[in-house]
Amino acid sequence: MNLQAVRSIYFFEMARAGRTLLQSLISPVISTSLYFVVFGAAIGSRIQEVEGVSYGAFIVPGLIMLMLLTQSVSNASFGIFFPKFTGTIYEVLSAPISYFEIVLGYVGAAASKSAILGLVILGTANFFVDLHIQHPFMMLLFLLLTAITFSLLGFIIGIWADSFEKLQLVPLLIITPLTFLGGSFYAIDMLPPFWQAVTLANPVVYLVSGFRWSFYGISDVSVVASLVMIGVFLAVSLGVISWIFRTGYRLRP
Amino acid sequence: MSHETPTAPEPTPRTETPAASPPPVIAISGLSKRYDSGFSALKQIDLEIQRGEIFALLGPNGAGKTTLISIICGLVNATGGSVTVDGHDSVTDYRAARAKIGLVPQELTSDAFETVWNTVRFSRGLFGKAPDDAHIERVLKALSLWDKRKNKLITLSGGMKRRVLIAKALAHEPEILFLDEPTAGVDVELRRDMWEVVRELRNSGVTIILTTHYIEEAEEMADRIGVINGGEIVLVREKATLMRQLGSKQLTLHLQTPLASVPPALAHYPLTLAENGNVLVYTYDASEAGDSDHVSISALINEIEAAGIRFKDLHTKQSSLEDIFVNLVRERQ
Repeated sequence: MNLQAVRSIYFFEMARAGRTLLQSLISPVISTSLYFVVFGAAIGSRIQEVEGVSYGAFIVPGLIMLMLLTQSVSNASFGIFFPKFTGTIYEVLSAPISYFEIVLGYVGAAASKSAILGLVILGTANFFVDLHIQHPFMMLLFLLLTAITFSLLGFIIGIWADSFEKLQLVPLLIITPLTFLGGSFYAIDMLPPFWQAVTLANPVVYLVSGFRWSFYGISDVSVVASLVMIGVFLAVSLGVISWIFRTGYRLRP
Repeated sequence: MSHETPTAPEPTPRTETPAASPPPVIAISGLSKRYDSGFSALKQIDLEIQRGEIFALLGPNGAGKTTLISIICGLVNATGGSVTVDGHDSVTDYRAARAKIGLVPQELTSDAFETVWNTVRFSRGLFGKAPDDAHIERVLKALSLWDKRKNKLITLSGGMKRRVLIAKALAHEPEILFLDEPTAGVDVELRRDMWEVVRELRNSGVTIILTTHYIEEAEEMADRIGVINGGEIVLVREKATLMRQLGSKQLTLHLQTPLASVPPALAHYPLTLAENGNVLVYTYDASEAGDSDHVSISALINEIEAAGIRFKDLHTKQSSLEDIFVNLVRERQ
C-alpha cells in the first residue's frame, strides 16, 4: 500500500478546496441559509408541523442531504476531471499506485470536504431552528456513507465526462431533480397516493428519510431500507469504478 | 558506468549487446499496440536499454515514439508483448517497475494554480517517497527553478514549465528518466542548459531515454540511437558506429586552375567536378574507408599531385545524423 501517495493526493485535493474556500464552503452555506429564510421562516411559518416537528426543523436533514449530494458529486467529479482535462493525470497514472489508492485519495478528499460541509450546514441550521439529534451516531453514519457514495458517483462522472458540459449534465439533469423530489422539503405522505408510489423509486428518498430519522425519529421508509439503499448504491458505484479501472476506460487507452 | 562509450570500436549488431554486458535495465519484447480505432501504433517492438546509457529514440511524427514510452510508463495498455524494468514486469509488478521511472511528458501540462514547490513535492509523495525537502531543493537549484519556487505555475514561461516537469520527474530520484521531446519549443540557451542537466544525471548513474525531433540533440547527447518508423524499430546502433557506417564523407579540393574534366589517370576514383571545374569533390563511404582511411586519402592526393593538379585549399565534411536519418526514413517509405 502506497500510503504516501494516497496522502499526497488527499492533501493536494484538500489544499485545492482551501484555495477555493469561497466556492467550496461559503457559497453552499449562503444558499442553505437562503433556503432556511425562505422555506423555514417565510413559508414554513404558515405550514403546520410535520409529525410533531416544526417545518423549519423538518427540512434541515433534507437540506443537508441536498448539499451533501450535489457537493460530493461536484467535488469528486471536478477533482478527477480537471487533471484529465489539463493532462496532469499522466503523473498519477505513471506512479506506483494502485487503482484503489487513486480512488482512496480522490474520493476520500471529496467525501471529507462534503462531510465537513454537511457539518458546517448543520451548525448554520442551528442558528435558524431548534435542533435536536436523537441518534447522533446514526446521523454521522448516514452523513459519511452518503458523502462517500456520492463522491464515488462524482468520480465516475468525472472520468466519463470529456467536456465541461457533460460534467455539469448529470448533476443538473439527474441529481438535482432526484434530490428535490426526494422528500427534502416534504414528507412523502403529503403526496397523492400515485406519486407516493412513484417516489419510492427515487433512491434519494431513502437517504433523506434515513437521515431525518436520525434527527427526529420519524421516517418515510424504514431505516433498514435506507441503509440497504445506501449499501446498494455504494456497491454499484464500486462495481462501476472497478470496471473502469479494469478496462482502462477513458484513462488508459 | 556499464554503458558503452560512444567511441566503442566494434559495430554492434541490431539491438544486440556484447555478451559480457550486464542485463538491460529495460527489456521490451514483442511489444505491440493497436488502438481501438484500429490504428496499429507499434508492431512487435524488441528493444533493450542498457543501464546508464543515454538512448535517443528518433522518428518522424506518428512513428510510435510516444506510444512506446507511454506503455513503458503505464499510461497506455499494450496489446501484446511485455516490458520489464530492472527485472520487474511493467504490468504484473508495476509498483516496483514504475517506482524506478521518471517521465517528462511531451505536452506542457501543469496544475496552473499550484506553486512550483508544492507541485514538485506532490510528485515525490505520489511515487511513495517520504518528504525530503533537501532533495527537492537540490533538484530545483539544479534546474534554476529555486528562485521561482513560490511562483504559481500559470505565471511561468514555457521553458520554465518544461523545467518544472523535469523537476517533478526527478523528485522521486528515479533510476531511469524518460524525456519525451524535452526541448521542443525551448530556446537554444535553455536547450543547452538542459543537455547539461541530462549529462549530469547520466554521470550520476541515471539511464536516460529521450525522444526528439532535433537530430542535433541526439547527435550531441546520445550513446545509442534507435530509429522508429511506422511502429517498427528500424535500427539500433551506437551513435558513433551509426555515423561511421551510414555516413559518407566528402573531400573537397579547391583548385588553382579550373579543370574541364577529371583526368583519365584519376578515373578509378569517384571524383566529380563542381563550380565550373574549380572544385574537385571526392565522396567516399566512411565505413569502407575504415582504418585505411588516411592511406587512401593520401594516395589520392599523391596521384592528384602526380597528375599535375595543384590545389589551394581542401576540407572534408562528414554527413550529419540528420542526413543519415532522412535517408533512412526515406528508404523505408
